[in-house]
Amino acid sequence: MDTASPVVLNLSSALPEVVLFLSGLVLLVVGALREGEGAKGLSPFAVLVLLVVAAMILGGGQTAMVSLGGHFIFDGFAAFTKVVILVAAALSLLLARDYLIDEKVDRFEFPLLVLFAALGMCMMVSANSFIALYMGLELQSLAIYVLAAFQRDTLRSSEAGLKYFVLGSLASGMLLYGCSLVYGFTGTLRFDTLAAGFAIQGERGIDLQIGALVGLTFVAAGLAFKMAAVPFHMWTPDVYEGAPTPVTAFMASAPKVAAIALTLRVLMQPFGEWTDEWRQIVVFISVASMILGAFAAIGQTNFKRLMAYSGIGHVGYALIGLAAGTAGGIYGVLIYLVIYVAMTLGTFACIMMMRRGGRYVETIGDLSGLSTRQPMMALALAVFMFSLAGIPPLAGFFGKLYVFMAAVDAGLVPLAVIGVVTSVVGAYYYLRIVKVMYFDEPTEAFDGPNGLGLRLVAAGTAVFTVAFILLPGPFLNAAQNAAAALMTTP
Amino acid sequence: MLHVLLVFSPLIGAVVAGFFGRAIGDRGAQTVTCGLMALSALCAVIGLGYVGGPAMKVEIVRWIQVGSFEADWALRVDSLSCVMMFVVSFCSFLIHVYSVGYMSHDPSVPRFMSYLSLFTFAMLMLVTSDNLIQLFFGWEGVGVASYLLIGFWYTRPSACAAAMKAFIVNRVGDFGLMLGIAGVYLVFDTVQYDQIFAMIPQAAGGRIVVWGFPLDTLDVLGFLLFVGAMGKSAQIGLHTWLPDAMEGPTPVSALIHAATMVTAGVFLVARFSPLYEHAPTALAFVAFIGATTAIFAATIGLTQFDIKRVIAYSTCSQLGYMFFACGVGAYQAAIFHLFTHAFFKALLFLGAGSVIHAMSDEQDMRRMGGIWNKIPYTYVLMWIGTLALIGFPGFAGYFSKDAILEAAWASHNPFHLYAFWMGLLAAILTAFYSGRLIWLTFHGTPRADRETMHHVHESPWIMLAPLFVLAAGAILAGWLGTGMVEVAEEEGASFWHGAIYTGEGNHVLHDLHGVPFFVSFAPFVAMAIGLGLSYLFYMARPDLPGRVAGAVRPLYRFLYNKWYFDELYDFLFVRSAKWLGFGLWKAGDQGVIDRFGPDGLAASTQFATKRIVRLQSGYLYHYAFAMLIGVAGLVTWYMLTAP
Repeated sequence: MDTASPVVLNLSSALPEVVLFLSGLVLLVVGALREGEGAKGLSPFAVLVLLVVAAMILGGGQTAMVSLGGHFIFDGFAAFTKVVILVAAALSLLLARDYLIDEKVDRFEFPLLVLFAALGMCMMVSANSFIALYMGLELQSLAIYVLAAFQRDTLRSSEAGLKYFVLGSLASGMLLYGCSLVYGFTGTLRFDTLAAGFAIQGERGIDLQIGALVGLTFVAAGLAFKMAAVPFHMWTPDVYEGAPTPVTAFMASAPKVAAIALTLRVLMQPFGEWTDEWRQIVVFISVASMILGAFAAIGQTNFKRLMAYSGIGHVGYALIGLAAGTAGGIYGVLIYLVIYVAMTLGTFACIMMMRRGGRYVETIGDLSGLSTRQPMMALALAVFMFSLAGIPPLAGFFGKLYVFMAAVDAGLVPLAVIGVVTSVVGAYYYLRIVKVMYFDEPTEAFDGPNGLGLRLVAAGTAVFTVAFILLPGPFLNAAQNAAAALMTTP
Repeated sequence: MLHVLLVFSPLIGAVVAGFFGRAIGDRGAQTVTCGLMALSALCAVIGLGYVGGPAMKVEIVRWIQVGSFEADWALRVDSLSCVMMFVVSFCSFLIHVYSVGYMSHDPSVPRFMSYLSLFTFAMLMLVTSDNLIQLFFGWEGVGVASYLLIGFWYTRPSACAAAMKAFIVNRVGDFGLMLGIAGVYLVFDTVQYDQIFAMIPQAAGGRIVVWGFPLDTLDVLGFLLFVGAMGKSAQIGLHTWLPDAMEGPTPVSALIHAATMVTAGVFLVARFSPLYEHAPTALAFVAFIGATTAIFAATIGLTQFDIKRVIAYSTCSQLGYMFFACGVGAYQAAIFHLFTHAFFKALLFLGAGSVIHAMSDEQDMRRMGGIWNKIPYTYVLMWIGTLALIGFPGFAGYFSKDAILEAAWASHNPFHLYAFWMGLLAAILTAFYSGRLIWLTFHGTPRADRETMHHVHESPWIMLAPLFVLAAGAILAGWLGTGMVEVAEEEGASFWHGAIYTGEGNHVLHDLHGVPFFVSFAPFVAMAIGLGLSYLFYMARPDLPGRVAGAVRPLYRFLYNKWYFDELYDFLFVRSAKWLGFGLWKAGDQGVIDRFGPDGLAASTQFATKRIVRLQSGYLYHYAFAMLIGVAGLVTWYMLTAP
């Protein structure tokens, strides 16, 4: 253990988290004092805080720094994923505004919970030890348990919150058990010391202790639960369907990024030496997720439920890059996550525009003939569907392209083939939505006009999805740096 | 420049009339296409001045260049292509003009004029090409134009069927041609004529292995190219489309199915004379097929009653003459006959068109007769065409047919005597059925109903004028073209100047002037016998045909049904193809591919989906159970696989 390093409270590397935390506290006080105003007043500030913090990270340096007694790490990888998480959280807040008012749950806690969840996620991706990992994860989870049950007067929402909480606790238990096993067999919780120890072990040709391997399996299971990968996905459809739609949008975007990023870090840095061992889990989870995501979504009529399965499938695709275990694979995963977040938030923006007679509707049948009534919305949704299906030249195609390429380069051709085949199956239900919108008989129009936030998010993400092919440079460079940062252990 | 203008002005006409026909109207389309064709024909007449000069290459643009493979858009100008350009442009111009009158009542005049011009362009491309790829372009281009024009009246099912038949039968021939082109490229590594021809002497005697049999390279290539020629030129076996093609408007029959396109095969063989001269077996095959077609088509012509079909079989037969002329080594005589035939056959067709026009679209000769004094100009013109066809002394066909038969006698081809006797016999039959056509159509008692007879009228001048020009051609072409079969004192001064190659042992052109007297005289006798017999049968003793037909009933039926070729093909190819197709469709596609492919996959996907969806019970303990099972499974996996 690294006992020589002096305990210095150097917070400079954790500045974004500090700002988030302090802003959260200030907003909490303000919210409590002006409770009658609800979230309307606080949301813009929360969005502002999230974006400012994201800008801080973008503007700051990206040299790797370890602080807080070695439990916290800031590097290019953390910076990249944090920006994605913060922007996703900000966009989710933008989406939520009208929904909360319409559903009469416009309470000031909502932006605060999102803020604290974001803080938790930032801690997750910066974790450099199992303790920090667990702390960030739980902060994030607790905030989201509450968010899922935010519409506490409706049965569905509270059921969703409860289910998520119970199963989440089980997952946390597994994670903790795994951490304790790893600690028991290696004697350290810190990622860098673990990595160093494993490296020496690898050099001497000693295999990974089976106990540590079992510990790793449990840790992976806990993380897989958070990212909703098969077979730890069962909560997703029910919770996605029951939770308020803006919460679903949030859950489908930022926490998934955080969970996958954390998994990348755990597997690549401390356990980087044992790629061949953990690859088996990742390949299994990836294949199972892709297949289940593709097949189960076909049977869905509820759009949010469909998006839950779609999300499961996409996690499977992203994990292909991790299974490759190379810099190219990590790079593919990061690109995939950015694109996935954009497509998902855009789709949820469209789902929240499905309002008829003041009530939110969620079935695919409600979209029937949308193109004649709201052509712009239909066009945007069609773009997202084509992109989710991975049809060129939209962004979703490139996301898949990079991970498949990485898999092929790493010799995992069967995995890439399964990915392609399930994409074809998956294309069916995405294209069915396009078909329903464009070729079915029109029904009653949706309520209009939509709020500025919704329109902004839908239009922005649609433009991103379409224009990705034109200007991928900045994203690709940033992702490349992030991947490189993850590959070099500090 | 002259030649570029010659070749491309029909294309401009086709594009303008085709795409802007609605804007410029019928009159506009006619003016534009006829005007541009006149320009083309004028260029062709001027271009005749080049005859006798050495081969010249007019490059237009490099087309394909891949590795060692090169193909240009280039025009090869030599005596052969000059003669062909003249025939094509000139006849096409006259037929364009004729069509203005003939098609005046048709609702889609611009489309017709556009197709005609398109055809002319493709044909010119074919005859002027400098390489095999461009030739193939023209070859397929005329095929397409022919298809479009045969099916011009697309509301008639019979016209559509005929168009398809023409296209499909031609595909069979084209397959041979394609193989031939590929073979040429394989052997010579180039598709340029001049390079191929230069290399042929070295390739002579080479072997190529076909299905285990080592065969002479040039024979194989010659045979394959000839298969293409057989399709286009309607030789026996691949001839079935030509009579049916008469479903098209009459000007089409005259232009495409008599004067120009069907002679493309003869042109191809003549163009490849350097190759055929070194491929004696292929040449013997050409002679055999040609002679057989000549007699075969003539026998069918005896029994047909549709005026256009009689002429169509006559065309088939005359093409046979041209081929066996090539086969016996007298390519020059073949081109000579092609040249004269273009005039008199176009004249006959257009004359027949004039008759049909006069008889209110009646084509059956059994319902004509007794109209010679009502349409005197047409009558005279038809006589001129007929005399030229049967080889009456002084008319065009006399010179060229004589040259062919003499060449057949003088040649050393294994089939030369077969060709000679068959040609002579066919000459008798030709004279007989041509006379029969004249007697039945114009003489005797009127057999049409009174209404039709009342309407019989001479065609307008816009139709007659081209006929007069063609008639002049039918009389004079023989005198003008004799140079084609003269032997030059020295190589550089000949008519052809190397455009047609004759091997060192090939002295046919020289020898045909020294054949015995009876050989020179025989065609005339044959013509006289045929014509006399036809007079006997259809004028003097009108009861004879029926009695003769009755006496040899099986033979008559055999001929009347066109040797049962259509029935045979229907049985052999059409039905078996349909049977196979039906089987593949029902058993192969629906039974296997659909069942296990799209349908089966979709069904199993739905099945899987239902199962997976049912897993999602909504009960927490199920979900927790799944997670635990998952973890337990993974751990078990590691326990089992751990080293």
